[in-house]
Amino acid sequence: MSQAKSASVLDSRILIPAIGAAFTKLNPRTLARNPVMFVVATVSVLTTVLFLRDVVTGGGNLGFSFQINLWLWFTVLFANFAEGVAEGRGKAQADSLRKARSETQAKLLTNGSTTDYRMVPGTSLKVGDVVLVEAGDIIPSDGEVIEGVASVNEAAITGESAPVIRESGGDRSAVTGGTQVLSDWVRVRITAAAGSTFLDRMISLVEGAERQKTPNEIALNILLAGMTLIFVLATATIPSFAAYAGGSIPVIVLVALFVTLIPTTIGALLSAIGIAGMDRLVRFNVLAMSGRAVEAAGDVDTLLLDKTGTITLGNRQATAFKPVRGVTEQELADAAQLASLADETPEGRSIVVLAKEKYDIRGRDMASLKTSFVPFTAQTRMSGVDLEGSQIRKGAVDAVLASAAGVAQSDVVRELQASADEIAKAGGTPLAVARDGKLLGVIQLKDIVKGGIRERFAELRRMGIRTVMITGDNPMTAAAIAAEAGVDDFLAQATPENKLQLIREEQAKGKLVAMCGDGTNDAPALAQADVGVAMNTGTVAAREAGNMVDLDSDPTKLIEIVEIGKQLLMTRGALTTFSIANDIAKYFAIIPAMFLAFYPQLGVLNIMGLTNPQSAILSAIIFNALIIIALIPLSLKGVKYRAVGAGALLSRNLLIYGLGGIVVPFIGIKAIDVAITALGLV
Amino acid sequence: MTLNGWLQILLFCGIVLALVKPLGAYMTRVFAGERTFLSPVLVPIERGLYALAGTSEREEQRWTSYAFAMLAFNLAGLLLLYGLQRMQGMLPLNPAGMAAVAPELSFNTAVSFVTNTNWQNYGGESTMSYLTQMAGLSVQNFVSAATGMAIAVALIRAFSRASGKALGNFWVDMTRATLYILLPICIVLTLAYVALGVPQTFGPYVTATTLEGAQQTIALGPVASQLAIKMLGTNGGGFFNANSAHPFENPGAISNMLQMVSIFAIGAAFTNVFGRMVGNQRQGWAILAAMGVLFVAGVAVTYWAEASGNPLMHAFGLEGGNMEGKEVRFGIVLSSLFAVITTAASCGAVNAMHGSFTALGGLIPLINMQLGEVIVGGVGAGFYGIVLFIIVAVFVAGLMVGRTPEYLGKKIEAKEMKMAVLAILCLPLAMLVFTAISSVMPSAVASIGTAGPHGFSEILYAYTSAAANNGSAFGGLTGNTPWYNVTLGLGMLMGRFLVILPALAIAGSLIAKKTVPASAGTFPTDGPLFVGLLVGTILIVGGLTFFPALALGPVVEHLAMLAGQTF
Repeated sequence: MSQAKSASVLDSRILIPAIGAAFTKLNPRTLARNPVMFVVATVSVLTTVLFLRDVVTGGGNLGFSFQINLWLWFTVLFANFAEGVAEGRGKAQADSLRKARSETQAKLLTNGSTTDYRMVPGTSLKVGDVVLVEAGDIIPSDGEVIEGVASVNEAAITGESAPVIRESGGDRSAVTGGTQVLSDWVRVRITAAAGSTFLDRMISLVEGAERQKTPNEIALNILLAGMTLIFVLATATIPSFAAYAGGSIPVIVLVALFVTLIPTTIGALLSAIGIAGMDRLVRFNVLAMSGRAVEAAGDVDTLLLDKTGTITLGNRQATAFKPVRGVTEQELADAAQLASLADETPEGRSIVVLAKEKYDIRGRDMASLKTSFVPFTAQTRMSGVDLEGSQIRKGAVDAVLASAAGVAQSDVVRELQASADEIAKAGGTPLAVARDGKLLGVIQLKDIVKGGIRERFAELRRMGIRTVMITGDNPMTAAAIAAEAGVDDFLAQATPENKLQLIREEQAKGKLVAMCGDGTNDAPALAQADVGVAMNTGTVAAREAGNMVDLDSDPTKLIEIVEIGKQLLMTRGALTTFSIANDIAKYFAIIPAMFLAFYPQLGVLNIMGLTNPQSAILSAIIFNALIIIALIPLSLKGVKYRAVGAGALLSRNLLIYGLGGIVVPFIGIKAIDVAITALGLV
Repeated sequence: MTLNGWLQILLFCGIVLALVKPLGAYMTRVFAGERTFLSPVLVPIERGLYALAGTSEREEQRWTSYAFAMLAFNLAGLLLLYGLQRMQGMLPLNPAGMAAVAPELSFNTAVSFVTNTNWQNYGGESTMSYLTQMAGLSVQNFVSAATGMAIAVALIRAFSRASGKALGNFWVDMTRATLYILLPICIVLTLAYVALGVPQTFGPYVTATTLEGAQQTIALGPVASQLAIKMLGTNGGGFFNANSAHPFENPGAISNMLQMVSIFAIGAAFTNVFGRMVGNQRQGWAILAAMGVLFVAGVAVTYWAEASGNPLMHAFGLEGGNMEGKEVRFGIVLSSLFAVITTAASCGAVNAMHGSFTALGGLIPLINMQLGEVIVGGVGAGFYGIVLFIIVAVFVAGLMVGRTPEYLGKKIEAKEMKMAVLAILCLPLAMLVFTAISSVMPSAVASIGTAGPHGFSEILYAYTSAAANNGSAFGGLTGNTPWYNVTLGLGMLMGRFLVILPALAIAGSLIAKKTVPASAGTFPTDGPLFVGLLVGTILIVGGLTFFPALALGPVVEHLAMLAGQTF
């Protein structure tokens, strides 16, 4: 589940409920949340009443007015349908989550006892209660492990079937209700009451039930409402203008013009875009606690990234052998490989791999060589092998030097020291190798920067985002890794205090900061950051402090989160532009048709050559309704984000959605006109 | 169209562009309170005025106090001007013995001059005494222009100041605009006009005997001084009824060029003031470029339409362009150019009768005003007007690059959007609703001069001109009726203050915001892309609203003309 699933929009399990939702959402209270569609519904009611009056009195052009009415209602239904489809995609996920929430029994520990419990329903637990969870039990609610260690299957939430370890103290103490203990036992202090657990929040989030309008959405709604009012003025004044010219315009035609002019396309798709944005995050296994956080992610200026696990692989690896004078690289590699064959640490294995790749030294059978492995201890700070009559040791430079002392090789010592310093300066760790007290050289161990990360940072830079690496390393090492990874800046010897300080400084400059963290000591910084992504493996404190939780606990995801935030805003902007640009063609369809009776000269404006006034008006309103359906997939998938400069991005989108928005309706309306004329609808 | 014609247009554009930087630099210094070459003379006067008013240049106001000061000052001006007109018969400097002006007309005129519109439902030489012209109308010509400039400066500060609450001091900004900018330039211009033959006298009207022996009264007065500020302050209210078509108000080609340049000078320089204050002059040039694109397009259409003339006349063997309603000394090109300038810039002075233009030639002045007078625009007013469109443009563009929209580092959010939409909304409200009522009200329709679509255009033009605070008229419409006096007055008030107040609210909200540093993720607002975006936004958001009205006015009139029908 760590990869975004490609869910087809045309899934009947989503489409059929969405058709139902299209009708239930006609409830005025639901419609009122969306000013543009509310206005469309209101005028549709008006024209329907007028139509019914005409049916009774027998006046008017019933066939035409019936069709307009039909398409007006379709416009509203299509908007509801779009929202229904967006919600439907989340519902499927919510249903599977709900299964995990099924009624559980909890072993509530009584009277401060550590063993006596009575069975109570999981929903009756209060914050502060302590429960015992044993192998096979479902953890009844969110909590913190206060005693014990257990392996827990969190597949219900993360979709990852490999069990994880939860233990008291440290950064892995949080457990989530609905997950199952596989082995051992833990005592858990409940931190969330029924109904407000992580799982509950997750369900309501993916269903979009608690969706609050985000700041940008509110501003956009104001613009759309304003445009709607402007077009109220533009159309409501037409009857007087026509009366001056000695003509009159049927109400149904005015309504048709009005509905096609107001930004119905974006109005209809706006909430679907918002829901789909949250949904995209969920598909990436990231839970945003609010839509505001998703929007803020798109605005991020500075990204704080932990070195270990995000920028580097997390393990140091051997990258070079540096022999002292008089020793060949081959000799050193051979000794180092021998010393490491039985060494199961990642460093040890990387030495074997390097020796094989670079010097083609194959693995050897340890038993046949009659060797015995000398493991690393904190006292010796060395490891190695004893061959027949020969000892090979590798380890910290000073430890190896000490063990080799007494051998008069001060020149060699100096040389080895020098190359060890050089390695340290470049951000690596030197390991010295000696055979029988003779210094052979050093192995260079380095933090390996993840493949492709440099390109990602370059991409972020093009997006206008500054990356800052956070590390506990000393400044010299940090600088070397920072340069290699291509981050813009680094914070060395980081402490929770100076992390927080850094965030505050950036914010004081007006920048938005994103970071991820998992430990309790990350909590203040997570809370201070504008976008704080807590790792699911982290502590309760961290999860509470952040405004997003990454279920996969993969810190590199911050980059995707930023992209999803941007995509959300871009989709809104692009469809708004498209919607407004459409108006030009609609004017050219309806205005000549509207005034033709008393100003036949205006027929010149019928540049699309539409069959007759009725077909022109009908085509425009059909186009206006169908474009909503046509754009549902785009609003759900989102406009493609490319990490190019803002200028290039804007010109591209202006070209597609601005210019496209002007041209497409001319073609679409003409095509519909041809079709309805052929079908004899007008 | 002729090469000579285009060279004259080019010459005009060249002079305006050449003035942008020096004037912009000077104005920036003035509004920042820095020393200028006029300081030795003017600082004592300025200090004296502040002492008299009980204010100080160090005392800064929040947007609410700034707005309150502006409203109080304008209300006082309105009452004073109304009173002056009603009592002019009893007051001195009235050699022609003008009687009190009627109440509705006084209201209309007072509003008109306070709002920098200068719509004139009266004939100056036959209605107003010298005192009313000088102490009333001319004074408002100065201070209404200075009000617009003060608002623009306050709005610029909202962008240029990193964060804070105060926008500056209205009294100080307005005093400086008048003392350092308007007055000195006007003194120079007045002398120039006098040298070019424009009268400047307190003497009574002259009676002459014509060749046929008839007696003719030739109106005179302090024309040059009012002419200077009428143009420089984009007021447009003529001393004479014929405005700048009158030979005493615009004797020839040089005075005509001086007048055209003065209309655009301060408005264009404001973009540079903006650029300088926000620390990047390119930002200002980008705005001016967007204005320039719309302006040149307008000139091209009008000039082409007027030079092409009327095919129905050509059928009679009358070759050439449309000279109806134009002064022979200006000809087609200078009349077309003047018409586009005066409507682009909210001035409203005319040197030809716009109602006599061809349908398409008259369409451009209408559109210029309907776009909200943002093509250079009125002094200050044009700038704060275009900022409203910029807010809408960067909002949509900002979303399209995936960031919360921002302009010059200030985030554009719900509050700014609300205010910008409110301001943009009030123009179609005033223009279309009053036109709609008037076009079906028999008493209002009776005022039109020509039947058919042209008559409709007359009504539409009147309300458009009023709400846009332009003041030019299409001619033909008898505006001096109680209905038009009152509704046009209301249109002017809406078009002025319902734009200024939201603009100040935006300034108040923006100034409190932190400036976000620009990055590669912020789209540049100083390049051609922004210019194109802004032009598109102005045309679509500002223009689409009026498509039906324009179709029923000038567009249908043009199509009818091609079909051989005239009105």
